[in-house]
Amino acid sequence: MSTTSKRWVAGHVATLPKSGIRDFFELVTKMKGQDVISLGVGEPDFVTPWHVRKAAITALEEGKTYYTSNLGTIELRRAVSAYVTNHFGVDYRPEDQIIITVGVSEALDLAFRAFCNPGDKVMYHQPCYVSYHPSISLVHAEGVAVPTFAKDNFALTAEALRAAWVPGCKILMLNLPCNPTGGTCDRVQLEAIAAFCREKDLLVLSDEIYSELTFDGTHTSIASLPGMQERTIFLHGFSKAFAMTGWRIGYACGPAELIDAMMKVHQYAMMCASIIAQEAALEALNNGWEQVCEMRDQYHRRRDLVVRRFNEIGLTCHSPRGSFYAFPSTQGLGMSEKDFAVGLLQQEKVAVVPGTAFGSNGTGHVRACFATGYEQLIVACDRIERFVASSARAREKSGA
Amino acid sequence: MAQVAGLSVAEVEQHLEQLKKDKIFLGWRPVLDLSREAAAAAAVRAVIEVRLTPERGGGFNNLAQRLAKFEEVESCYLMSGGYDLLVFVTAPTLQKAAAFVSEKLSTLGGVLSTSTHFLLRSYKEGGFQLDGGDGSGDRLNVSP
Repeated sequence: MSTTSKRWVAGHVATLPKSGIRDFFELVTKMKGQDVISLGVGEPDFVTPWHVRKAAITALEEGKTYYTSNLGTIELRRAVSAYVTNHFGVDYRPEDQIIITVGVSEALDLAFRAFCNPGDKVMYHQPCYVSYHPSISLVHAEGVAVPTFAKDNFALTAEALRAAWVPGCKILMLNLPCNPTGGTCDRVQLEAIAAFCREKDLLVLSDEIYSELTFDGTHTSIASLPGMQERTIFLHGFSKAFAMTGWRIGYACGPAELIDAMMKVHQYAMMCASIIAQEAALEALNNGWEQVCEMRDQYHRRRDLVVRRFNEIGLTCHSPRGSFYAFPSTQGLGMSEKDFAVGLLQQEKVAVVPGTAFGSNGTGHVRACFATGYEQLIVACDRIERFVASSARAREKSGA
Repeated sequence: MAQVAGLSVAEVEQHLEQLKKDKIFLGWRPVLDLSREAAAAAAVRAVIEVRLTPERGGGFNNLAQRLAKFEEVESCYLMSGGYDLLVFVTAPTLQKAAAFVSEKLSTLGGVLSTSTHFLLRSYKEGGFQLDGGDGSGDRLNVSP
């Protein structure tokens, strides 16, 4: 039956590879109940602050169970506008330059569908979030991966962009700070990237979902640089900074004509984001900043711990300036990222994700998420140390 | 503690010694969900509002210090409002808690009245919510 059913699957979906994270997820799931410490998650370990949850409960009690405007409630768009002005230094009109979406994932999908013609080329830095390349493929566009390197702390450089550029490139996809590397760009690096985008007339899709979780220096949005607001779609959401992953709520800001194009797709595909989630998001923006700072401070302490321990253990690891991911190298141990991740899981019950799940440039690295309790992280680091030592002994014995 | 604080063991010991000398650090105390431990769950906990006649010279302090010496008293606070002291008491049985109030507390010179409230169920202890369900147990082990 399944072989005959397959013929109805669209060709470009049939050939779309499954997420590289999927296999590892299955492996970890099989070990449930075995005291596994997972550093493989991509979300905060904090629960959404209570006052935000309460706002959603109140919305339900008040009978707010209906559709909203396609663009989202005007109250939330006004709050988003004020927040983006205050935190990123870019002004957007709530009336026609902001759209509320079902997470940044939907905003990104809308953008690709609204701006890509078949065959258009989209540049993106890699290692990167698992959905970028598949989302580009789904709109029949072509992804152009631009490598980032550990020697640059996984910052995207204008030189790498220029080297990867080919005629037909229309869009540059940015995710800074980056999942999975924690890499980001300082203002000088961003200015060089912005100049390249202006030179090549690129539209920028800037996913800044981890921006509040910047530990060193301040985050700069590329949209805030001269001449960039008119060619940038600023993508943001509540999942990471406000610990609201399950609410699926995000937004996109940009020139009115571009937001209108995204809205066209959104109104037919999604209609609107959940009103309950919008009400919660409004409360988060109005009264949630204190908790964001508290959570960021916790992540900062954890980052310092894992980066220090990883380097002591022999897993060379740059200090991620933002996000809650460390991206250590396994190359010094003479192990591939997959052997390391599988061996660590089986021997010491610690889950990390092989870097190749985030693209071929993740070879020789693993992603370790430090959105896990501090004491758990200490235990996880101890186990990793034990695994590295036992692997080294095994290699010595075998004479490798 | 050294690992959590990012300090050396020697540094933590030095800090603790100083805090003890300054009488800021008084002791360790675990936070327990007593409802999960059969013997402890059988213990009786009560909150007692106490009204006092202040003493000449000592005010409420001497009386409060005297009252706080009873081993049944877990905590004792001077309060603003309709009563003067709020006293947290633990006893192995209801009878012993009642005996403490009637025989030790209310007979103390200067105690005008007591109002005793027994704790029925705990929802939060020392900042930890009990059975609140933070939902984190259902988090996926691996996610993008």
